[in-house]
Amino acid sequence: MSIKVSGVTKKFGDFVALDDISVDLPKGQLTALLGPSGGGKSTLLRIIAGLEDADSGTVTIEGNEATHLPPQKRNVGFVFQHYAAFKHMSVAKNVAFGLEIRKRPKAETEKRVAELLELVHLSQFSHRLPAQLSGGQRQRMALARALAVEPTVLLLDEPFGALDAKVRKELRDWLRRLHDEVHVTTVFVTHDQEEALEVADEIVVINDGRIEQVGTPDQLYDEPASEFVMSFLGPVTKLNGRLVRPHDIDVHTTPEDSLGKAGKIVRLLRVGFEVRLTVELEEADHPDVEVTVTRATQRHLNLEEGLRIWVSPTNGARTQSPIRAVN
Amino acid sequence: MATDTLNPASAEPTEPATSSRRRKPTGRTGYTREPAGVRWTLRVIAVAYVVMLVAWPTVLVFQRALEPGLGAAIDSLREPEVVHALYLTLYVTFFAVLINTVFGLTMSILLVRYDFPGKRILSTLLDIPLSISPVVVGLALVLVYNGRDGWFGQSLEKAGFQVIFASPGMIMATVFVALPLVIREVVPVLEEIGDDQEQAAQSLGANWGQTFRRITLPGIKWAVLYGVVLSLARSIGEFGAVKIVSGNIAGQTMTASQQVEDAYQNFQQGTAYAVAALLALIAMACLVVVSLLRPKDEEQ
Repeated sequence: MSIKVSGVTKKFGDFVALDDISVDLPKGQLTALLGPSGGGKSTLLRIIAGLEDADSGTVTIEGNEATHLPPQKRNVGFVFQHYAAFKHMSVAKNVAFGLEIRKRPKAETEKRVAELLELVHLSQFSHRLPAQLSGGQRQRMALARALAVEPTVLLLDEPFGALDAKVRKELRDWLRRLHDEVHVTTVFVTHDQEEALEVADEIVVINDGRIEQVGTPDQLYDEPASEFVMSFLGPVTKLNGRLVRPHDIDVHTTPEDSLGKAGKIVRLLRVGFEVRLTVELEEADHPDVEVTVTRATQRHLNLEEGLRIWVSPTNGARTQSPIRAVN
Repeated sequence: MATDTLNPASAEPTEPATSSRRRKPTGRTGYTREPAGVRWTLRVIAVAYVVMLVAWPTVLVFQRALEPGLGAAIDSLREPEVVHALYLTLYVTFFAVLINTVFGLTMSILLVRYDFPGKRILSTLLDIPLSISPVVVGLALVLVYNGRDGWFGQSLEKAGFQVIFASPGMIMATVFVALPLVIREVVPVLEEIGDDQEQAAQSLGANWGQTFRRITLPGIKWAVLYGVVLSLARSIGEFGAVKIVSGNIAGQTMTASQQVEDAYQNFQQGTAYAVAALLALIAMACLVVVSLLRPKDEEQ
């Protein structure tokens, strides 16, 4: 295990940010700490980096006890949400910072900086100041700067959170490809489940200062351990007292079997290739069901507002009993 | 229309000419829409205020100083008492500014980057020198440090260290009155730049000293310089507090500001105006130097 966190607790006044957290993060992998804002995931990352002290518990990095080491002795690379670019230094100087602190020979530093700028596609901007770069470029510079010192682990705190949606998607793909090239143990914090599912090898879901579940993206999506994990990783709706994903519901215009529930489409919203239906069931006291179908299905079945339909969970669909969530 | 509001620059060329013409006036500041009469009245008031209160009196000082001729003015600055007063002012100012810069930087970092009980009280205490009359500061220092019945001065004097009626007391008084100037310049800038850059430097292996020198200091250098210039101007011009602790002995413990008053009261008007003009010139030079340096930094 590359990073081992055991029994870490952190309070800010009365607020419990982390409540007895223990987790092992495997070597060489890209791990996402996923959870809602204020859930404690950034605090955990900052404790691993040494930027925050845990009230109790220990942190081990590559077998070295690091709990009481100052950040500069942990050999971690840290990337901040708002880039933390050294404003008064050129891009090349930013990247060279860690190497200059380590008093590496000048020629070696220059060579390494050139390599890294090549890696993050910023070679032609090496003499610019951070203020002259776009947000995405600044974050790539910050990444190169963190990688320059050959860190044991690379920690990224909401690295794409301040960027607009398109750049965020590009950088996400790019981070995945970069990781496949560089292979440094990487942990990144995000509140965007799509980002975590797309990029990470492993996801740690954190909520209310506690770990909800640890697993691969597929495990989490297919076998959520709790109602929270299921609803955080994607949209859910309730059918027959169980949670189910809106795209895991079959729609029929005739009563196919006894399992189908009759209801009326009260709202129809088209978003690109997707059509979202709100169905009011005839069964008394059953909450409205949200169903997602493709545009093709909608056209094929002539679905429209006011139409009477029958809904049932798709065969083999993952459902979740809400009772299990209360733990 | 949604794209128009998001990105007016790219939408502009496809817009009909009338609409972009219509849009322009709304882009201007509110002042241009005021009636011309109001605009001119406000300008005249502002200019008249500054001229009557600051510019004209200062110009008069220079005029009086140069009335006997430039040579005579320079001669009066060469009188031994004046030379000594100028030298003493330089000496006191140098140490006061040095102490206030070091202390001000330390205090600013303490106040912005660290949490400790009593922080707010300390922050309020630091503003006291701005609100207390310098004469009171002088008297308070005399009470504590005088050699006859001072609370702390007696033991200091026994150890052979005279504070009151000597330069240490004058430096202390000057430090006191100029105390908050560096802090009040540096604190807001430190707060604005945040500690992200410092944390990044630490995670890259920099220790405290390296982080301060390479990251924090370059980030606040203009605020520090501004604070230093303000302290410099305030220290050179300090009169009340220094007058009380110095004993006001001509040729020994008299600074340039005191020399101006002394000369003026002894009907040596030429000397008084010459020294006054020199003091004003130094203060103005400081401001000019800073305003010349500053825009270059913002262009980067």
